Amino acid sequence: MEDLSFRHQVRARAGGARQSAIVGVVASGNLEVLVERVLPDVECSVDIKTAAVGFGEVWRAVIGDFVERHSPGGLRFSINDGGARPDTVSLRLAQAVRLIAEEGR
Amino acid sequence: MTAPLKDLSPAERARGTSFYEASARTRLELLLDAGSFVEFVGPEQREVSPHLKIFDLPEQFDDGIVVGHGRLDGSKVFVAAQEGRFMGGAFGEVHGAKLTGLLRAAREIGSVPVLILFDTGGVRLQEANAGELAIAEIMRAVMEARAAGVKVVGLIGGRSGCYGGGGLIAGCCSALAVSEPGRIAVSGPEVIETNRGVEEFDSRDRALVWRTMGGKHRRLLGAADVFADDNVQAFREASLELLGLVGPFGLDRLKAEQQRLADRLRRFGACADAVDIWTADGIADARAVPELPADQFIALANRIGRTSRDAR
Repeated sequence: MEDLSFRHQVRARAGGARQSAIVGVVASGNLEVLVERVLPDVECSVDIKTAAVGFGEVWRAVIGDFVERHSPGGLRFSINDGGARPDTVSLRLAQAVRLIAEEGR
Repeated sequence: MTAPLKDLSPAERARGTSFYEASARTRLELLLDAGSFVEFVGPEQREVSPHLKIFDLPEQFDDGIVVGHGRLDGSKVFVAAQEGRFMGGAFGEVHGAKLTGLLRAAREIGSVPVLILFDTGGVRLQEANAGELAIAEIMRAVMEARAAGVKVVGLIGGRSGCYGGGGLIAGCCSALAVSEPGRIAVSGPEVIETNRGVEEFDSRDRALVWRTMGGKHRRLLGAADVFADDNVQAFREASLELLGLVGPFGLDRLKAEQQRLADRLRRFGACADAVDIWTADGIADARAVPELPADQFIALANRIGRTSRDAR
């Protein structure tokens, strides 16, 4: 297992009012993303525990691209990864942002 | 997918969602009244397995089971749903404790039924003794809840089936609903083959696996009381039906269950294959049973009429 952590300053606060949301499952080639609205509006953090060791630079690129596209201000992402491909990671992150932006608790 | 999701009613979404393919969370969302689910010990509490780290294996924030309460047609229910894709839905220490706690809460309250959405290969072997203990605790908690008047209904239709200790717990429930892809057994196909040889059971023979352990056979034998088509709405309707059917529980019922199982063994114990059992049951074209569509199969199963309704 390898632990990775990324911190970003972002342009704007993420939409919606939900406090947390979760998407995905920890399985081979899949991952779960827990997102919580716990940070100041201009910050975003992503903490990853992954079964695939040695892909830090790929994660850095995928997370950087995600933050640039979605501006997820105020959100802390916690990821348990079962060796997902970069496109699956991007998809789950986008799903997590969309879910926490929905109406509801 | 022809209509946008937002234009569908919850029932239409549930009807169009395969129970087999859905995640544990999606199953609960669509099984219960819309928006009614409230989770206990949710993923944000990060109650993960204390054992997996030792094996350098990834954890899941809910340890592979979602527990909570919600409403079914307006009535309160406790629910637990296993995630069959995380480590085969296997029972570990935390996973098991969440279900035990839910059942004990149900026992204390007494009037709120419990729905367990099984999807499990059994005990998580990395947590060996803790997992085995969890199974024993859950079986006791199911029986104590039932003795306190709680209806405990199992729903089985996930990709991991209901095996090992999951099969034992299912056997303790008040009633079961199963779909065709759902399987119920204790020893799984590969375990039997490993221990008794391929002549005894060929685990790669999928047709054999399904006609021995699959939902249709379990329904015809009366182990499951309701056969559900593979969609979440069918399991919702099956849950409502079973909650209406389950009667009071006590020593008489346990004796009746013992009698039912003894009669079944006496009648079918010599049969070498499920097809022999179906033939002995008077099904004219027994070989066609695995191919029957759900509606025709349900009509057949109701005609055979074997349930555990007076026993269990």
